Amino acid sequence: MSQYRLDHLEQLESEAIHILREVAGQFERPALLFSGGKDSITLVHLALKAFRPGKFPFPLVHIDTGHNFQEALDFRDALAARIGEKLIVRQVADTIRVHQLTEPKGKFASRNALQTFTLLDTISEFRFDACIGGARRDEEKARAKERIFSVRDEFGQWDPKLQRPELWSTYNGKIHKGENVRAFPISNWTELDIWNYIRRENIELPSIYFAHEREVLEHEGQLVAVSEFIQLEETDRVSIKKVRYRTVGDMTCTAAVESEAASVDEIINEIIATKTSERGETRIDDKVSEAAMEDRKKGGYF
Amino acid sequence: MDILRFITAGSVDDGKSTLIGRLLYDSKSIMIDQLEAIGRQTRNRQDGDIDLALLTDGLRAEREQGITIDVAYKYFSTPKRKFIIADAPGHIQYTRNMVTGASNADLVIILIDARHGVIEQTRRHAIIASLLRIPHVVVAVNKMDMAGYSQDVFNNILIDFAALAASLELKNINYIPISALDGDNIVERSVNIDWYDGDPLLSILENIEVQEDIDLNHARFPVQYVIRPQTEELHDYRGYAGKLVSGIYRVGDAVTILPSGQQSRISAIETGGREVQEAFAPQSIILHLEDDIDVGRGDLIVPSGDLPRLDQELDVFLCWMGTKPLTEGNKYLLQINSRTVKTVVRDIRFRLDVNTLEQQASPGTVQLNDIVRATIRTAAPIAFDDYASLRASGGAILIDETSNVTVGACMIQSQE
Repeated sequence: MSQYRLDHLEQLESEAIHILREVAGQFERPALLFSGGKDSITLVHLALKAFRPGKFPFPLVHIDTGHNFQEALDFRDALAARIGEKLIVRQVADTIRVHQLTEPKGKFASRNALQTFTLLDTISEFRFDACIGGARRDEEKARAKERIFSVRDEFGQWDPKLQRPELWSTYNGKIHKGENVRAFPISNWTELDIWNYIRRENIELPSIYFAHEREVLEHEGQLVAVSEFIQLEETDRVSIKKVRYRTVGDMTCTAAVESEAASVDEIINEIIATKTSERGETRIDDKVSEAAMEDRKKGGYF
Repeated sequence: MDILRFITAGSVDDGKSTLIGRLLYDSKSIMIDQLEAIGRQTRNRQDGDIDLALLTDGLRAEREQGITIDVAYKYFSTPKRKFIIADAPGHIQYTRNMVTGASNADLVIILIDARHGVIEQTRRHAIIASLLRIPHVVVAVNKMDMAGYSQDVFNNILIDFAALAASLELKNINYIPISALDGDNIVERSVNIDWYDGDPLLSILENIEVQEDIDLNHARFPVQYVIRPQTEELHDYRGYAGKLVSGIYRVGDAVTILPSGQQSRISAIETGGREVQEAFAPQSIILHLEDDIDVGRGDLIVPSGDLPRLDQELDVFLCWMGTKPLTEGNKYLLQINSRTVKTVVRDIRFRLDVNTLEQQASPGTVQLNDIVRATIRTAAPIAFDDYASLRASGGAILIDETSNVTVGACMIQSQE
């Protein structure tokens, strides 16, 4: 009977497509939050499988902090053009100006927290009732407890104690006016699943995921790209290293890893051998406190 | 490589979190930075060694109170399998969490403290496993180190549990003596428990056959979404998108659309952008029908020769998950796969004591975590199967229309 057997990637793929179609079936105005990272690129690939030959029943939405890697932005625009789907971009800089928000200060001033304001404005501008995101439960322990359909109130807040029970593969997307649902089709994927799927499906990625030479600053054991967005001091040790990115976020809060991996195969080998978690190695913002993600999610973060 | 989804039933006192921590740790799924974070917390608590249980603690609210309030999902893999653990708390006030975690599980690990044997909590966990029809059970007798690694202790527990399992029709049971704290019989065979000649826990989890739990005999296809490009070149394209939750479909199969009862044949099947001759559960596919008929979200496409039940009256075991009580006559939305209908709960016949299986007649109001037998009347006919024979189309949720919260889980029972 082996011909009627799905392997783990096929099972995960089918589950994700099912969730994407539930969003399409249950909501009036969904959106797919697209960051330009490998997880949201994988989501777009899954959406193609879920809805082609039809159009996506949602636009791609990117909340641009203004601190993104140019490679990721170029990739985003090229991808949206290639698949012929609508891309909406909203700038954190505009939110800062309109609402007179205070820019964070410091060496690695990050607009990561301010993205939430722009996201909430964008949700109300387009009256989105569901936002599809590429978060995975293996990334972080607050995420390990979040539902696949996660209800947020009109301020985007997540209440971990008031989550709806989620049984079988039945997703309750009923909400009140003003609320929205964050839907996470790849909740059950791990970092390695994503890479194995990227390899199997030949999914194209921005070049920064592969080893390249870059001017970096060493800061508390992490490598941060030198850019106009961070403040260099005289004592800083800057050097050229061969690096790649394991995650792609802002240039101010995403660290690179030293690597020689030039292909997906080589990346997979490095991930299997690594001893540090994806977020631990590459996210500067998660180290701030034990409950950093829990707090940000409660406040409306992705 | 495939996937095994399992739930661990037990409490902190039984060493449940330690067991999960041990599986993650010994399968090398824990990264250095995560261990460092746990090391920091362990020092704060002045406990000495790294506390493996901390690996499974999630939210700050839980850490502060030292409890688990919700289902957390954990992931690890070996070269053979990817594992998804639903980590649910074991106390009676968290019955709904365990029911939630159990609904998707291929297997349940029921943890028993070797010093205490089969206790009330064990009965409750076995009863929930039986109600939710979890296909495989592993009874892990933990803390064998504190019971002198005694074979008699283990055998007595085995006899007690086997009697309980027989009364509940639990099947496919494995028994294993372990010490999660020391790692005995977790990944490697224990030298302390030399009288046990079975496999260690991880090997059992790696080798249990779960493929046969997917029913390939009864095709059920809930329509989620209709794909209609309406472009010039695809003017007549009309594809029904959904997941085949059970069974196999082939091009040419005669099908019936429920609840309408219209008949047609499958003219094409697509998956991942390719046309295929057949598809099987749990693939997500697009179906095309020969006839231009009215089919939409919420319809169930079934083989004309293998119809499910179509009714407005359901006899269910209902696990109540709402904080507001349920009383007879209350109205809710019932969602079964992609279909949602209005319902009224009638005739709550008895409450099941989840510790003893005793049936308490006429329970009146139903509280959070109660499990009752009731009749549900739907506003329109729905198609379904008995949960016991086809889990994929016999489970439904109840939604409170005013709060939108999921308040109940229904396991549809067969007609007697």
